[in-house]
Amino acid sequence: MTPAVATGERRRGSRILGSAAALAVVLFVVSIFIGASSASLADVIRDEGAARTIFVESRLPRSIAIVLAGASIAVAGAIMQALTQNRFVAPSTAGTTEAAILGVALVTVVSPASAVGYKMVVATVFALGGTLLFVWLIQRVRSRDIIVVPLIGIMLGAVMQSIAWFIALRFSFLQSLYAWLIGDFSGTIAGRYELLYVVGAAGVIAYVFADRFTLAGVGRDFSVNVGLNYDRTIVGGMVLVSIVAGITVVVVGTIPFWGLIVPNLASLLVGDNQRRLLPIVAAVGAAGLLAGDILARTIRYPAEVPVGTIIGVLGGLTFLYLLIRSRS
Amino acid sequence: MAATSGTPTGSPAPGSDPVLIDVEQPPGPASERSPNTVLLAVGLAYLVAVAVFMTYDIQGSLSFALELRAKKLLAMTLVGTGLATAAVLFHTMTGNRILTPVLIGLDSLYILIQSVSVAFFGALTFVSFDERIRFAVAVAIMVAFVLVLDAIFLRRAVTDLPLLVLGGIVLGGMFTSLAALVIRLIDPNEFLILEDLLFASFTLVNEELLVISGVVIAVGLALVARVRRTLDVIALGRPTAISLGADYDRVNRRLIVLIAVLVAVPTALVGPVTFLGLLASNATYELTRSFRHHVTVPISSLAAATLLIAAQFVLEELLDFATRPSIIVGFVGGIVFIVLVLREVR
Amino acid sequence: MSIEVRAVSKRYGDRVVLDVDELTIEPGGVTALIGPNGAGKSTLLSVAARLLEPDTGTVRIAGLDVRSAPSAEIARTVSVLRQDNRVAVRLTVRELVEFGRFPHSGGKLSLADRDVVETSIEAFDLGDRQHQRLDELSGGERQRAFIAAVLAQSTDYVLLDEPLNNLDLQQADRTTRQIRRLADDFDKTVVIVLHDVNIAAHHADRLVALRDGRVALDGPPDEVITTDGLRVLYDLPLPVTVIDGRPVALHFLRHGRNGAES
Repeated sequence: MTPAVATGERRRGSRILGSAAALAVVLFVVSIFIGASSASLADVIRDEGAARTIFVESRLPRSIAIVLAGASIAVAGAIMQALTQNRFVAPSTAGTTEAAILGVALVTVVSPASAVGYKMVVATVFALGGTLLFVWLIQRVRSRDIIVVPLIGIMLGAVMQSIAWFIALRFSFLQSLYAWLIGDFSGTIAGRYELLYVVGAAGVIAYVFADRFTLAGVGRDFSVNVGLNYDRTIVGGMVLVSIVAGITVVVVGTIPFWGLIVPNLASLLVGDNQRRLLPIVAAVGAAGLLAGDILARTIRYPAEVPVGTIIGVLGGLTFLYLLIRSRS
Repeated sequence: MAATSGTPTGSPAPGSDPVLIDVEQPPGPASERSPNTVLLAVGLAYLVAVAVFMTYDIQGSLSFALELRAKKLLAMTLVGTGLATAAVLFHTMTGNRILTPVLIGLDSLYILIQSVSVAFFGALTFVSFDERIRFAVAVAIMVAFVLVLDAIFLRRAVTDLPLLVLGGIVLGGMFTSLAALVIRLIDPNEFLILEDLLFASFTLVNEELLVISGVVIAVGLALVARVRRTLDVIALGRPTAISLGADYDRVNRRLIVLIAVLVAVPTALVGPVTFLGLLASNATYELTRSFRHHVTVPISSLAAATLLIAAQFVLEELLDFATRPSIIVGFVGGIVFIVLVLREVR
Repeated sequence: MSIEVRAVSKRYGDRVVLDVDELTIEPGGVTALIGPNGAGKSTLLSVAARLLEPDTGTVRIAGLDVRSAPSAEIARTVSVLRQDNRVAVRLTVRELVEFGRFPHSGGKLSLADRDVVETSIEAFDLGDRQHQRLDELSGGERQRAFIAAVLAQSTDYVLLDEPLNNLDLQQADRTTRQIRRLADDFDKTVVIVLHDVNIAAHHADRLVALRDGRVALDGPPDEVITTDGLRVLYDLPLPVTVIDGRPVALHFLRHGRNGAES
């Protein structure tokens, strides 16, 4: 790559980052002022009726939660794709999500009354276990095949899901498991989302180590050649990913394809240098999920559709489009 | 240069390898088993399974119990045959033995169809509909879906199977998330009925549907038998098959329809049994070390039926109906799959 | 009865990868397609082998239009071997050679078919290897098995795409001799894509050199492999000498002791 091109890419990267971030801010503001009960800015300032309470207890937490989840799930996907050198690997195609679900299903049976925080720890530990199992498997397989690698993850996920389903069927909570799985922010109020800040922190840490992930993504030989501790980087990256997956699954449920689509879109735009890619992934992830949630709240106003469903359908279509485009 | 890379479809996607995985195997046993021996062994296993299943611990009316069990056996045999044959054909078509047709989203589509129907009509109304109509509609929708998928993906570039598979996985994800929404809206009491529809069950199978499914699957098998030699050539891969005069692209387009029918009929009959076909066909490849369809189709069909019968038996007698056979098959199947890939690609 | 390429073109997006106006290959002998990477030689072979649809033009082999004639009929006239001869399924050498009879037998071998299989296996000394699986063989042996299968297909025309890729010196030497035998002993018309100009010059009767999708040079080896000819193809000044009556490009001398690179 000639320096001129590199500079051009960098400039393009900053421009894209700027527009995505601006879009996220605008959507954030819109998101705060949409809802079943009216709460205009003036009302909030004058503290009329329940306006300020609604604002502080419900609207703001919801929008913040969306930004944190949207950005960090997308970042987690990007890290996984870099570390496995495969565009189609994400928490949902690596067994990570299903492992977290299995953890939650187990907790539900073993100690149903446990606190949300406890559930999250269990989900995160399971997510980490599932992810490391996946990494171990694909390293043993040594296949770089674009299909085989995610397929292993999908199968691993299927095994864990069948255990979770077994438990849920046995103890008759399959329907609530299904319901709780769909990503949804309608229940997000102050006091029930704050753990997502941990997820946000994981995203920031990921950015700090971005260069290492880029390097590890080039390959083991090259990483070792430049003195990077390859294994530690892989495990570290996967721990970050698992924290994100475990916590978001418990707090908001699953957002289908999010860890796949956003990084793929972003990498189409700016390439695979993680330091340049991750901020854009985060901004696009936040903006996209805000937009999805706004749509989810307005499409059948005043009733809500879970954002997970909206993303599941629109995201799926986007991904199909990307797939077809990448091949033609 | 694109043409030397072996993909006639133009520049491949970045980082994509051909889906072929190296078939480097640990050296096989010194004396290879002949396919006939395997056929005999698997056939015997099937007969033993049938005998045990029919006679074990009968209480009450003998004729009633026998009839009920015979119906279950027939259903399991049909489902095993359909899914195993579909899996073998899919492997032939894709040149990859770890793919399974359910990966292209058919199971999720079935779950979506059932959930939407229950939500729309109400569980009791829906269940009271003529079973034949419910069956036909489910089959029709699943087959139509595969045709659409084929039109979107295969027409663009005849050999772009990775795209078809990934596209199917994505569509499956879309169906699942829609189904999840519908399930969330359903009344918990209605969900109990839906639950029965979502997980394969052999306990209550409509006799007439059994006959219809039997006929369809038999016709499918007859077609496969007729073109089995061409299928052997197709399995050699596109360039070789074309060089040998097989009309690779046209045969594959017809195969996908046949595969769709062979998956849709068992699924609509009893519900999804993910991984059964994958499990049985791969066990067959391991045992026979053959890819000839006159070997693999009958053996894997028998193996699949035997596995199902065993799972059902374990379920009824040991687990006291604690779960569904498809969950047992899914659990075992997934693990076996992973072990298989580990051995295969190493 | 010959291979006739007429106005064949193929493009990917804006890039024209093949644009051959007219090329005729008469029966008999070995014709090598040479040229730099991206010149279109494999594309041309793929089009002739009906593995790839051209955007325009026709290829006729022994009077059969490869785009419209029944595939099975073409398979009795021309056989194709690609560089990547991995198969996804496990099969033995003998099974592979038997598949060579598929265009004639439909998969059901007659006694006559079995004879041909036997002859083909013997012709390439594969008798003691015939029950081994392809994935247990070395690259050279596997290539030999595929060439035996091509022989068993009993076609007048044989198209080979870089059959020497991934073979070591000895294997490549053996394979080229076998290919030569297809033409000399079995009267086949062989068209072969090669990237090594010296191997092409040594073994082929005629060289067709492509550049940018067009036929740049065409003729017997000593007319094509000249310093001027190679400059046209590779933009490099390469000295050429003659060994055993065949031209040899001394490409490794480009950075010669004189250091005289233009």
